[in-house]
Amino acid sequence: MNDSGPPAVETRRLSKDFGGRRALRSVDLRVRESESLTIFGPNGSGKTTLIKILATIVRPTGGAVTVAGFSLPQDALDVRRRIGVVTHQNYLYDELTCCENLTFYGRMYRVQDLPDRIRTVIAQVGLEARLHDRVRTLSNGMQRRMAIARAVLHNPSVLLLDEPEVGLDEHAVNLLEDLLARLNDGRRTVIMTTHNLERGLRMSDRVAVLVDGRIVYQEARAALDVERLRGTYAQLAGARA
Amino acid sequence: MKDYFAGIMAVLWKDVLSELRTKDILLSVFVFSLLSLVIFSFALRTDRATVAVIAPGVLWAAFAFSGILALNRAFATEREKGSLEGLVITPVPRDVIYFGKMLGVLLFMLAAEIVLLPVFVVLFNVPLDVPRLLLIIFLATLGFASVGTVFSAIAVNTRSREIMLPVLFLPVVVPVIISAVEASARVMAGEPWDNLSVWLQVLVAFDVIFVVVSSLVFEYVLEE
Amino acid sequence: MTQDRLPGRTALLSRLFLVLAFIGVMVSLALIFLWVPDDRQQGAVYRIFYYHVPAGLLSFAAFAVVFVASIAYLWKNNRAWDMVAHSAAELGVVFATLSLVTGSIWARPIWGVWWTWDPRLTTMLILWLIYVGYLMLRAYSADDTRVSRFASVVGIIGFVDVPVVFFSIRWWRTQHPQPLLKPGNDFGLTPEMTVTFLIALAALSFLFAHLLLERLAMRRMSADIQEIRQALSAEEGA
Repeated sequence: MNDSGPPAVETRRLSKDFGGRRALRSVDLRVRESESLTIFGPNGSGKTTLIKILATIVRPTGGAVTVAGFSLPQDALDVRRRIGVVTHQNYLYDELTCCENLTFYGRMYRVQDLPDRIRTVIAQVGLEARLHDRVRTLSNGMQRRMAIARAVLHNPSVLLLDEPEVGLDEHAVNLLEDLLARLNDGRRTVIMTTHNLERGLRMSDRVAVLVDGRIVYQEARAALDVERLRGTYAQLAGARA
Repeated sequence: MKDYFAGIMAVLWKDVLSELRTKDILLSVFVFSLLSLVIFSFALRTDRATVAVIAPGVLWAAFAFSGILALNRAFATEREKGSLEGLVITPVPRDVIYFGKMLGVLLFMLAAEIVLLPVFVVLFNVPLDVPRLLLIIFLATLGFASVGTVFSAIAVNTRSREIMLPVLFLPVVVPVIISAVEASARVMAGEPWDNLSVWLQVLVAFDVIFVVVSSLVFEYVLEE
Repeated sequence: MTQDRLPGRTALLSRLFLVLAFIGVMVSLALIFLWVPDDRQQGAVYRIFYYHVPAGLLSFAAFAVVFVASIAYLWKNNRAWDMVAHSAAELGVVFATLSLVTGSIWARPIWGVWWTWDPRLTTMLILWLIYVGYLMLRAYSADDTRVSRFASVVGIIGFVDVPVVFFSIRWWRTQHPQPLLKPGNDFGLTPEMTVTFLIALAALSFLFAHLLLERLAMRRMSADIQEIRQALSAEEGA
């Protein structure tokens, strides 16, 4: 892990207003390179908004955001080259095959040696057998794995995951966790949001809790166990959960 | 520069591939145009004499309305799967996405219109000067696609999207419809090229202005 | 909260405009009915043009304001510009409606029809449709920053379309001649007519300015209320 040097992701007093609704109030966050951060929070706390801002999908209203060394919203293009995003929606085209989907995104990301790269990632997510099947025919769990393949295709230095376990059954979620663990080669910065405290803690170096658009708690995994986290979370988020 | 065109081609290829699998847009545009032509024939109570007068208008009314169907579908796949966000996060300039989608819509509308042309000729018994008519069809459809792509992206993100698209689209493309009808009428009447030129100029002007303006404002439609 | 609905000076300005508008309307009505002569060809009926044309001009000016404010909003991301655009669009539609209705009333006694495809009137109709679409877009969406951006895009495209619409309709009209809506084919205004016209134009302009400022004030108040609500709910939360 890289302790010195600039953070991979940083926000300072980040805020977001959606006209009538304030989704994020003042978020200060620093994620070091190669660090894995898991963010917990009740529904409506602003987790998805935070991920979407880092993913350049949503523009911040106030504050400063830096991802992979570039500022948002000005250098959005440079940020996009260096991030991979997985949300509830898989960003896959149903009528196209897995291979065609990856080819499309590969071209958009200007991935070199695309055919080889596709073969590599599809093997990493364990879907070689379905490479030429239409995405429509894949189960939810497989589609989510395909989404991850899409997200890492261009070898991003930062991976953003917004509740990747949503919509998947227990078995699929286990597969997902294994996959993410394998993909986390220690060089990528990973920011993930999730509802599952146990899993989230297991997969991270550091955790944070977001409530009502503010980070109210941060702690290194080393200093925590599941029980303590559960207690702290219930206390912080209890009234709103 | 090469990257720029590669991005446009990638989006276009993706849309064409999807469309070839479902034939969604092609079928709806063709069938709806055909229905429109038939209904108009009944509605306008044509006889041999009046057919020549109303034919160009009927053709372009049919194309305009079915154009709306095509535009409605243009962003449908993206909306359903949230893939519009997937496009937004790709590291390409926003107008690359615009041109990719616009060219796709243009292609599909043209394909359906060209297939419909012989049907129109048969139903309305009009003489066909194919090259000139094709030029008019291309220029006018480009006009439709240019602003239609922007309005479609907007409508897809609104509550009453079915009504929003025609409400925004039709008034703005009035110059295209007028010019297309006037030019087509002259072609069908066998008039010389000079008589058409002013209408072709309007079409070209519209196309140039609105392809440029649309490509500039499109990024604001994609942002959240 | 302050007593005035607008910051001091602007409220005063708005009130001044209203007073000037009132005076202007009174004076112009007096002039229109008591002073100016009949038109050579159209007789007494033409007098409606003193309000018909200014209404049209002002709606056009309103849409120009929408255009500029839309660009400013997209560029600076300042909500104030968005409020200006929205308010101007509303006024533009109101004045366009006025223009269309007075145009129709004018056409009836002269030509015996309620509508002529006169190029300016027809362009106004298309403009009316475009900006009604703008207002519908605003109405059919949740109030958030996305709608403001969409509306700005429509405001820009709509205005750029205006000259294209006008010229295409004008050329279309020369192919299919329609009655011309002007006081006399050799359109010469006598000095009395010109003065009266300018006064009516000024009166309507002041009214327009007053309404725009008031509408802006209402929007700003709405926004203030929203902010207060949010601040209150945040306090409850903390």
